[in-house]
Amino acid sequence: MQAEAKQTDQEVKHAEHSEFVSFTVAGQAFCLKITQIREIRRWSPVTILPHAPADVLGVMNLRGAVIPIYDLSARFGLQQTEASERNVVIVVSVHGKPVGLLAESVSEIISINPDDIQDTPPVDSRNTMEYIQGIISHDDTMVRIINLDAVISAPEQVMP
Amino acid sequence: MSGSIQDTFFEECEELLEATDEGLTAIEGGDHDSEVVNAIFRAVHSIKGGAGAFGLDDLVAFAHRFETVFDEVRSNRLDLDEKLIQLLLRSSDQLSALVEAARDGGEIDEAHNDTLLAALDEYIPEEEEDLTFEPMGLGGPAPMMDLGDLGGAPAEPQEETYRIRFQPLKEMYGTGNEPFFLFQALKDLGELTVTMDENELPGFDAMDMAEAYLAWDLVLVTKETRSKVEAVFEFVEGLCELSINGDGDAEAEANALAALDAMFAAPPAGDAAAAPEGEAPAAPFEPPVPAPEPEAKPAAAEEKASAPKAESGKQEQRGGPKPTLRVELERVDRLINAVGELIINHSMLAQQIANLNVSDTRDVETELEGFKNLARDIQEGVMAIRAQPVKPLFQRMARIVREASAATGKTCKLVTEGENTEVDKTVIERLSDPLTHILRNAVDHGVEKPEDREAVGKSKVGEIRLSASHRSGSVCIEIKDDGAGVNRPRVKQIAIEKGLIPENAELTDGEIDNLLFAPGFSTAKEISNLSGRGVGMDVVKNAVTGLGGRINISSAPGKGSTFTIILPLTLAVMDGMVVSVADQTMVVPITSIVETMRGSDDMINSLGADGTLLSIRGNFVPICDVAGALGLYRESDQQAGVYLLVETETGQRCALAVDDIHDQRQVVIKSLDGVCGEIPGVAAATILGDGKIAMILDPESIIAASPTAAAFDTERRMSNAS
Repeated sequence: MQAEAKQTDQEVKHAEHSEFVSFTVAGQAFCLKITQIREIRRWSPVTILPHAPADVLGVMNLRGAVIPIYDLSARFGLQQTEASERNVVIVVSVHGKPVGLLAESVSEIISINPDDIQDTPPVDSRNTMEYIQGIISHDDTMVRIINLDAVISAPEQVMP
Repeated sequence: MSGSIQDTFFEECEELLEATDEGLTAIEGGDHDSEVVNAIFRAVHSIKGGAGAFGLDDLVAFAHRFETVFDEVRSNRLDLDEKLIQLLLRSSDQLSALVEAARDGGEIDEAHNDTLLAALDEYIPEEEEDLTFEPMGLGGPAPMMDLGDLGGAPAEPQEETYRIRFQPLKEMYGTGNEPFFLFQALKDLGELTVTMDENELPGFDAMDMAEAYLAWDLVLVTKETRSKVEAVFEFVEGLCELSINGDGDAEAEANALAALDAMFAAPPAGDAAAAPEGEAPAAPFEPPVPAPEPEAKPAAAEEKASAPKAESGKQEQRGGPKPTLRVELERVDRLINAVGELIINHSMLAQQIANLNVSDTRDVETELEGFKNLARDIQEGVMAIRAQPVKPLFQRMARIVREASAATGKTCKLVTEGENTEVDKTVIERLSDPLTHILRNAVDHGVEKPEDREAVGKSKVGEIRLSASHRSGSVCIEIKDDGAGVNRPRVKQIAIEKGLIPENAELTDGEIDNLLFAPGFSTAKEISNLSGRGVGMDVVKNAVTGLGGRINISSAPGKGSTFTIILPLTLAVMDGMVVSVADQTMVVPITSIVETMRGSDDMINSLGADGTLLSIRGNFVPICDVAGALGLYRESDQQAGVYLLVETETGQRCALAVDDIHDQRQVVIKSLDGVCGEIPGVAAATILGDGKIAMILDPESIIAASPTAAAFDTERRMSNAS
């Protein structure tokens, strides 16, 4: 796992100057590469999935496709988001499927020099190590780069 | 690039194998018409040709033997007796297996392959034996050695002189064949003299550039056998006028052959010389479907003349089937999705208009109705594209029955009905496994051993009837055997042994039969490699319910069992009842609902601590609260006051308690596969008129998940038992 994470770090570093979209989740700043994002929508009530885990809010109709919506905050082990009209759903494509991620709000588009990305310092939480690909400093705040593939693994079995 | 061509080849193979199977089934049914035989010959020949182009040696070798035997049949040199038909059927199965192996890179059963090859060889006259493909099949021995071994023919091959008259038709040039390469190939065989005959060449101004005028007279001195020489021209068969006359050797070879195989009276080589030259040229102009060969015609000439016909016949339009279009499945699916959108879009539009608060919406509504009808038309049309006849599936099942019969030492024949019933492609694909399982079971457990059958006065051959039909919006597939029926005492005993039912349970016959579908049930006394691999009929049932269908069994002791599978026509759209449960809108499939009613307090009776029963005209059925089963909590005070009476597979009834019923409408099914894992109680999702997603419920699993109904079920069993 460690080795794999390193490798992805390397890849990010070798990449050209690239643009990221930053947003807040439970008060913390995160970002995703702009190419990973398909669209950003305003939150609208979703259809609840019975027996779904806490971080799966439900499903949403995206132009005829049924896509699952995850609560990023709950996914990161932070408090559950009380979704409201002000929140946004970031639609990303993971494993070839569209998935919606609930975030508090979208901040801005930032341009990142790959050399500025720092490795995630070792912390106790294994999940955090997996979910965060690296960190950067932007306007004196720490922005966490999300490792999308780790956050949204292949569709998992919902516990009854 | 070559990959895609190869894909096309395999696609064609599928069709050709189907044609072969179809033909063989017809022959098995007593139709020995030469057209049928020719159709099979053509199909196998095409497979061989394609396989040769891709270097699939095993396939070529097998197809060649198969084809050769058919050539014999075609030329009336072989009688289609029962034994041969069975061999041909098994060979056709093996051919399918080889095609599959070539396509998917799987292993083939070498021993089985060799057995069949040997069996086929018995029907092939010796002269054919060494025809070009021998080295591939056997991997080592030189063809000469082979001939020597087989026939005790003179060990030292003699030089022979062949006089070949070769006149290409313009079609030959059209297909890109080049005489020069043929001559070169001949030159490799021995000493070749080529003389061009330009007599037919007209004057320069009368010449048609597209026409073929040239002919060649070739003299070849070679030690190779005649068939080697013929093989050179194999790929231009039917595209040229060809005659090959051997000098001197004919007698010797004929003698040897006659000694080798008395069975086949016509020694090909000898007669070839006698064949009038006019015979061959006529071939390409014969009608597309070759007529039966006149028996008087010398055997070898037939060989020459009939093969070309097969070629030309292939190119001609076949009169029978309607023209079809091969379309990528993905494109059709995209269209289906788009039509699904259209239907959703329509209901959204209707809802928007209803919300407009315009006083007079009649005109708009009329137009909207027209829109709806058109959308339905398109949807039905698109669905029809996906619909396919079950025929290929049924043909594959015939193979299963043959294999199963061979493995169990029983004799069974499969009778199919309603092969042209059309079913959604996905349904057909996913039906293959359950059907295979049921049929294997029918052969293995249903049909008795031949001696047992005779003892009870039945025909030795077991009959399994596989039929398909449309029945009011669903497809009904029936598998009926005339075996011993379900051995109920034995089934019950096993169920007790496996702890599926209490020891003293009293079950109706129907309930016992349905125990077969219980998970982990298998009645085979010993584990055969046919069925009884730990998976039982419950897998079949799951597969069928996974398609939104139902399966039932009925059985009469001594007379046989019938499995009935009822499937929805399409997987994409269904009729559903829109209900609300704990402030969520959900859809219940209408097929599972028996009746709906609004409940009042006096209809509800408590049973035990938390069981509730609904009284319907004196009958009590357990109530299952959908919200509870799905783990949803009502925020409002809304009470579940409406009941949907549903019936499960086992005939058990249950009242699903929901908050309200809103509507009954056609909904587009959106699979939740890949969106989330399996959710108990939910079958799929759909998009409603307001753009919201609604869960489509699966009553069966809701009942299973509901503590009340499940508890009641056990209680009832227990009470039955006491």
